[in-house]
Amino acid sequence: MPTLTERVSAGDRRALATLISRIEKDDPEARAILGRLHVRTGRAMVVGITGAPGTGKSTLVAALTRVFRRGTAGQPPRTVGIIAVDPTSPFSGGAILGDRIRMRDLAGDEGVFIRSMASRGRLGGLSHATDSAARALDAAGFETVLIETVGVGQDEVDIARQAPTVIVVESPGSGDDIQALKAGILEIADILVVNKADMAGAESAFESLCAMLGLGARESDGWKTPVLKTVATTGEGVDALADAVHRHCGYLRATGEGERRERERAEADLRDRLRELLFARWREGGRRDLAEMARRVAARECSPEEAVEKLLE
Amino acid sequence: MNAPLIRVLIAKPGLDGHDRGAKVIARALRDAGMEVIYTGLRQTPEMIADAALQEDVDVIGLSILSGAHGTLVPRVMRLLRDKGLGSVKVFVGGIIPDADIPDLKASGVAGVFGPGTPTTDVVNAIRHVLGAPQPG
Repeated sequence: MPTLTERVSAGDRRALATLISRIEKDDPEARAILGRLHVRTGRAMVVGITGAPGTGKSTLVAALTRVFRRGTAGQPPRTVGIIAVDPTSPFSGGAILGDRIRMRDLAGDEGVFIRSMASRGRLGGLSHATDSAARALDAAGFETVLIETVGVGQDEVDIARQAPTVIVVESPGSGDDIQALKAGILEIADILVVNKADMAGAESAFESLCAMLGLGARESDGWKTPVLKTVATTGEGVDALADAVHRHCGYLRATGEGERRERERAEADLRDRLRELLFARWREGGRRDLAEMARRVAARECSPEEAVEKLLE
Repeated sequence: MNAPLIRVLIAKPGLDGHDRGAKVIARALRDAGMEVIYTGLRQTPEMIADAALQEDVDVIGLSILSGAHGTLVPRVMRLLRDKGLGSVKVFVGGIIPDADIPDLKASGVAGVFGPGTPTTDVVNAIRHVLGAPQPG
């Protein structure tokens, strides 16, 4: 009987699904398996898709996947793994994950694997397990990994850390040019898309975004963020979007920017892991009464600043 | 959030276009703290089994109002077994004549819910069949 590590490496879909579930449960064995799979990762083209709710992200992911599966002029067909994140209810801890509805016609294609994920309390548009699940898809041999975030506002930019290429999706009517000037999500776009380009207001949305980019954002690093128009429901403009993704990947490779981003990602990831591990080790140290200390802080018997010092003693 | 989360696939196989019941159930399961993968209308048994595999769900809820449960459900059950997903619990909801229930259960269905079933019954049945703790 081959191990889970071997089965995932061989592209076994059931093994992959099981591994992702274990990653979500934060199972120590899953961590060990991912550790063994690490050398097999780094081959996939990882692309993040983010934007406000209702801009058509899921439909665009489905349309983009179809183009990658078919291939374009100069690009052979590629397999695609998809992670689609939807929000967890802050009240019940439950979630409705509905992104598959828009990806219906990808069913039955063995070159596509779709996994829905709940954000499970994490802010920032992703879940704790997203990064590891993307690595699992990469290790299983998927040539492209698309990560669709929760519908986000202006400040949920975690995807920029996890995906070296980020598509930000806008749709007509989502704000004037001052919205486009604000900091945050637009700044992380490697590619900007005005989806639903057949709707009224598409042209003015397109022009505001172009004007905003014309004011100088991001050009210094050698990549000029393109603004593209798509109609995801008909596939219009989606070939051009796939080409832009490939161009960005080429840029990342040619300039060393990809390596730089990967190192940055690894460093931020190591910081997170270190923080978690240190906390876990501290917990194991025993006789640590966090609840008692919290009671004293709440009762104003000591300050939170003093409390952490005491807890570390 | 340390208790294992229950993942449920809600699917509507076949051709009827009435998904209100499925949506009510999806919402109730969400409010009971489950993760519900909602796949929408007109799913084939193949699509359902494939989605169940990729999503690694514990439970599948099939909503069928078309009367085609006699052919659709056994096909879903067979595909699940073929994919090594025999341990996934399957519930059927919708308009199912009482006389058909024994056959559905014989094909491996864990429970059948007719119109008007309180959503708490569905939640409890899922927790029960998975051996999950019932809330007090």
